[in-house]
Amino acid sequence: MMPIILRRLATSVLILLAVSVLVFVATLLLPGDPAQAILGQQATPERLAALREQMNLNDPVWQRYLTWLGGLFVGDFGVSAASGGPVSALLGERIGASLVLLAAAGIISIPVGLLVGTYSALRRGRAGDHIATGTSLVLAALPEFVIGIALVTLFSTTVFTILPSVTMAPPGEAVWNYPLQLILPTLTLVLVVTPYIIRMMRATMLEVLESGYVEMARLKGVPERQVILKHALPHALSPVAQVVAIQLAWMAGGVVVVEFLFRYPGVGQALVDAVTNRDVQVVQVLAILIAAVYIVVNLLADVVGIVTNPKLRTGGAR
Amino acid sequence: MTAIDSPQLVIQETKAPPGLLRRLVAQRQAKVGIGLTAAVVLLALLGPVLLPLVTGFTSTEFTGRPFQPDGLFGTDNLGRDVLSRFLDGGLRLLAYAALATLLGMVLGVLAGMTAAYAGGQVDSLIMRSNDVLLALPSLVFALLAITVLGPEGWVLVAVIGITHAPRIARVTRSATVDVITEDFIRAAEMYAVPRWKILVQDVLPNITGPLMVELGLRMTYSIGAVASLSFLGLGMQPPTADWGLMINENRIALVIQPWGVILPVLAIAVLTVGINLITDSLARAAANANVGASK
Repeated sequence: MMPIILRRLATSVLILLAVSVLVFVATLLLPGDPAQAILGQQATPERLAALREQMNLNDPVWQRYLTWLGGLFVGDFGVSAASGGPVSALLGERIGASLVLLAAAGIISIPVGLLVGTYSALRRGRAGDHIATGTSLVLAALPEFVIGIALVTLFSTTVFTILPSVTMAPPGEAVWNYPLQLILPTLTLVLVVTPYIIRMMRATMLEVLESGYVEMARLKGVPERQVILKHALPHALSPVAQVVAIQLAWMAGGVVVVEFLFRYPGVGQALVDAVTNRDVQVVQVLAILIAAVYIVVNLLADVVGIVTNPKLRTGGAR
Repeated sequence: MTAIDSPQLVIQETKAPPGLLRRLVAQRQAKVGIGLTAAVVLLALLGPVLLPLVTGFTSTEFTGRPFQPDGLFGTDNLGRDVLSRFLDGGLRLLAYAALATLLGMVLGVLAGMTAAYAGGQVDSLIMRSNDVLLALPSLVFALLAITVLGPEGWVLVAVIGITHAPRIARVTRSATVDVITEDFIRAAEMYAVPRWKILVQDVLPNITGPLMVELGLRMTYSIGAVASLSFLGLGMQPPTADWGLMINENRIALVIQPWGVILPVLAIAVLTVGINLITDSLARAAANANVGASK
């Protein structure tokens, strides 16, 4: 089992490196160079030359790539073209804020998804099941900003006016000091992610409930409650764990739109601002950051899959 | 203009074996989905044509003062007629989404079939490049491309198509792998039929089921992606009338002029839900076709 996990880990590192090359090459395609972007069109040739020297822009491309990559590891993310300050100063608090949002959404959506999915499977074909599958089918189709806007219309502006629709924590203060402002962004993410967990949980649970060992347990006269909790549920969890991880990984990218919608001071908002300002340095760092989270969560999903699946534990994976 | 959207419908009609289509339409859920989708598609296609008849304004014309209840749904922040912009705003979204999906399907199916049929080094090269592309969330990939290339129409189509391709390639590859071990493929190989002909004539018709499901799924995501990017202000640029952009422009005034947001949101919601219902029914229809084949 260990070799498979190690190999998977090595692949992830390689993929991350490949992504970093991809992201770095993107800068090279940009017309003009970073020094020009920071100083603007009116910069004097002397200042440009000095800044190019300072940013090592005269070095060969591969050397610049290595310097940039090395900088990522020690927290030196380069200089923002829009603000002129270091990129790391922009990001510190925002990473924390985004993680709070992701964690809150994960903590709510996972148990809800598992519970509703199980309930739906146990009530197969009855009204409760139809409502759960129908709702999750509809929610799964909707883009995240549509869900977000619907929630804003419902709770902040047009129907009720009970929840704030924008996050307005004063700069420097932590977002979790304003729990009321966290409700709508979190709820949006939960509504986007949960349907997939429900659908997977329901499908797996149905499969497990029809299996031989569940029938055997029932024939032995094991109480139904125990059949479900002890025999069926544990076997249904491992495939679902992968879907859960994929959803968490998805949130790393999906949070961008949600943060923009609610003006939430997180990484996603910073990314959209950076793209609008064509602030390549910041976009690069954020893209790598989000990709890293995405890759790590996917890696975890695969590890969970390997650990819980006896077939993968022994044989060659994939 | 209508030609942009029709290829997708044509594919649906010609590629699918009649059995699949009949099984699809037999489901009530599919009928509802087709109804919802058709309603929004018709609205988007006919909107620009009917515009002069219905409202008498173009979508970018200033018709009055901002936020007045003029006309059916009032005016937006710049005093443009909301209904006019709504009617004119769906076509580009649909066209871009359809083109992006088509591009993704072509690239993905080509890559997936090549990987499965060639095997060996080519297979691992294609699938490993897939893994790299899949490691960037599609929205982040799109934002990166837009930073470098600017928010142009072709960038949106290309970038969304490219992010779809690896996912479609995976599905295509696994479907193709199941087919190429069949006897009729060996027979064709024995007759020295050229490889590309085998892939087009013998393999492709046998993997339409999973591909159709993937097509529906990707179309939903394309619409979401194009609309999301416009909503972020990084897709369609003002003063173009577009549903995603309309939501972005009007959401600040949600309290005094909700229609500018509610109309496009509703349209996008109905469209994506409709397509998703069709896709879900398609998946069932396709699964019923090969009971016993796999799983």
